[in-house]
Amino acid sequence: MKKFFRTIKEIIQLTFKKDFTHAGIKVKRLFMGVRFTDGLIYKFLIYALLLSFGYVYLYPVLYMLTNSFMTMEDIIDAGVRWIPTKLNFENYRLVLVELNYFKSLLDAIYLAASPAISATVSSAIIGYGFARFNFPLKKLLFVLMLMTFIVPPQITMLPMFRMFSQYKLLGSIKAFVYPAILGQGLNGALFILIFYQFFRMIPKSLDESAQLDGATPFKVFTRIYIPLAIPSIIIVFLFSFVWYYNETYLSGLYLRGSTLLSLPLKLEQYINNYTSIYPEGSQARELMQAVKLAGNVLTLLPLLILYFFTQKRFVESIDRTGITGE
Amino acid sequence: MIKTFFSKLSALWSRIKHVLTHNFIFNIADNKWVFFSVIKIKATNKKRQSLIGLSFIFIWIVGYLIFALYPIFNSLYLSFFKVKLDGAALQMTFQGINNFKAAFLYDPYFVEILVGYILEIVMNVPITIVFALIIALLINQPIKGKGIWRTIFFLPVIIISGPVIAELMRQGATTLPSIREYDIIRLILNNVNPSVGTPIQELFDRILLVLWFAGIQILIFLAGLQKIDREIYEASMVDGAGPWASFWKITLPSIKPLISVSIIYTVVSMSVFSLNEVIIYIRNVMLGESTDALINGYGYSAALSWLYFIVMVLIILIFVGLLNVRRRSRS
Repeated sequence: MKKFFRTIKEIIQLTFKKDFTHAGIKVKRLFMGVRFTDGLIYKFLIYALLLSFGYVYLYPVLYMLTNSFMTMEDIIDAGVRWIPTKLNFENYRLVLVELNYFKSLLDAIYLAASPAISATVSSAIIGYGFARFNFPLKKLLFVLMLMTFIVPPQITMLPMFRMFSQYKLLGSIKAFVYPAILGQGLNGALFILIFYQFFRMIPKSLDESAQLDGATPFKVFTRIYIPLAIPSIIIVFLFSFVWYYNETYLSGLYLRGSTLLSLPLKLEQYINNYTSIYPEGSQARELMQAVKLAGNVLTLLPLLILYFFTQKRFVESIDRTGITGE
Repeated sequence: MIKTFFSKLSALWSRIKHVLTHNFIFNIADNKWVFFSVIKIKATNKKRQSLIGLSFIFIWIVGYLIFALYPIFNSLYLSFFKVKLDGAALQMTFQGINNFKAAFLYDPYFVEILVGYILEIVMNVPITIVFALIIALLINQPIKGKGIWRTIFFLPVIIISGPVIAELMRQGATTLPSIREYDIIRLILNNVNPSVGTPIQELFDRILLVLWFAGIQILIFLAGLQKIDREIYEASMVDGAGPWASFWKITLPSIKPLISVSIIYTVVSMSVFSLNEVIIYIRNVMLGESTDALINGYGYSAALSWLYFIVMVLIILIFVGLLNVRRRSRS
C-alpha cells in the first residue's frame, strides 16, 4: 500500500514537471506491472473474480438466511428482495415448536456422533496396521480398501438391508455403528487413508526405542502414536460427523419408521406433511416458504457453528490424505 | 484403591495370557510356536511383525467380508433372480439375464433416467473440475485474506445435504436470478436448436449446484499447487515465459495426476448424492413401490444397481482415459 502511494506521488510530481514520457512509463508500470502479474489490473481482475465466485457460492446461504426472516407480505412483495421489512422470528418459533427442535437436535447429534466416533477409532487402528507393518497380501488388501470408495452404496445396500432386518438391527443406530466400527462406514476408505499417510510419516526409530524399553506393540500404538495423531483424529471425526449428519439416503432406508431420525430427514417429513395440508398456490403455502427456509437454517446451524470454530482443520484435511504426493 | 484394582487386573491378565500361550493347542517355547505339539513354526521377527500387522487390520478384514464383499456378490447373485417376499423367507426363481433385459426393453423409466444422469455427469464434471482449478489458482495468488476465501469455498461441503438442497432448488435459490437477465445468453439460447439449447439452459439453472460440488476438489488442487517448486517459475520467468505460458507448461502438467483424482471424486460424490434420480428410483424399486411385477422387487433393483455401477465406472474410465491420451500425444 505504501509503495502504491509513493508511485502515485511520483507520477504527480513528474506530471507537474511536464516530464510526460516518464510519467507515462510510471503509469503503465502501475497498471500493467513489470510482468503483468504484479500490476494493478491483474490484482483487480483477481479480486473481481474472487468476489463474483464468492457471491455465487454464498448466494443460496444468504437467500436462505434473509428469506427465513420474512413475513408473508415480504415474500409476496416483489420489491422486497434481500432485506426483510422487519425482523420476524415467527417462522423460527414455528419450526422450533413443530420440529421439537432441541430434542431432535440431540437425537441428530447422537445419531451422527456415535458412528463418527466408531469410524475414527477403527480407521486409526486400521491405518496404523497398514502403515507400520509388512504382511503378506498387504498391497492387494490396500487396493481393495481404496476400491470400496468407488462402490456405490446402492450395490451393497440391498443385502445389508436384508442382513439388518434378519438380525433386527433396522431402525436402530447399530445399523450405522457396526459397519463404522469395522472400518466400512461412510467414506471409510478416505479416513483410513488419512491415518495411513500420517502414521507413515513418523520415523520408525521412535517405536523401536519404545520396544527396547519393553513396550508391547499395542502399548506403542496407544501411548506413542495416538497422542501424536490427535490433529488427524480431530479431522477424521469432524468429517465423519458432518457426513453422517447430512446423510439421508441410507438412513431413510435403515431407519424407516423409527422415531430416531436425523434432523434433515425430520425436516423433510415436516415439509411434506405441511405441503400436503395446503392446496397449491394458496397463501398459507407461500408463507410456508419462509418457514421451510427457517427449518433449513436451524438444521444447518449446528454444522455452521462447528465449521466456524474448526474451519482450519477442515481446510488442512486434504494435505493430510497425502494424495498430492510427498 | 484404583491402583490395587489395576494391579489385580494385570495379574489376572498375565495369568490368562500364560494359559493362552502354554497349552496343548498352542504353545510358545524357545522362540517357536507349537501347535498341537506337532506343527512347529519358528517365530522370526518378520513373522511376528506380520502377525501384529494383521491383527491391527483384522477388524477391517472382518468388516470388508461382512459389509463389502458379501453384499457385492450377494447383490450380483440376486440380480439373476426374481425374488418374492414370502413372509420372512425369500422365494427365488432363476431368471437368467431377464432382469437386465427388462431394464432396457420393458422398464418405461430406467433408461430415460439413466441417460439423463449420464448427460448430466458428462456435462457437470468438466465444469466442476475447471471451476475448482480456477478458484484454486485464484486463492493461490498472493491475495489478502486467504483463509476467508478458503472458508467460503469450502462451506458447501459442510452444508450439502439432500433435503436442504431439495428445498433450495424448489424455491429457485440455486439459480442466480441475474443469469437469466443477461441478454447475450438469451440471444444464444433462442437461436440454437432446442435439443442443444435446453441442456445449456438447464446448466445455467443449476450452475450453482454444480459449483457447490467443487469444495473438496478446490482443496485438492490447492494442496497440489502449493507443492510446486517456486524456483521452476522463477527459472521460466528468466527464460521469458509469461504467466499464460507458465500455466500451461508448468502448473497444468504438475497437477495433472490430481485432475484424475478430482474426476473420480466428483463422479462418485455426484453419483451417490441423495437427490440423484437414479438412486432414488433404485430405492423405490427395492421397496416395491411400483405395481408392475416385472420391474419390481429385490432382484430387479439389484440388477439396476449393478447396471448403475457399471455405467459409473465406465464414465470414470472414459474421463481418466481421455486425460491420459492427450498427455501421451503431447509429449
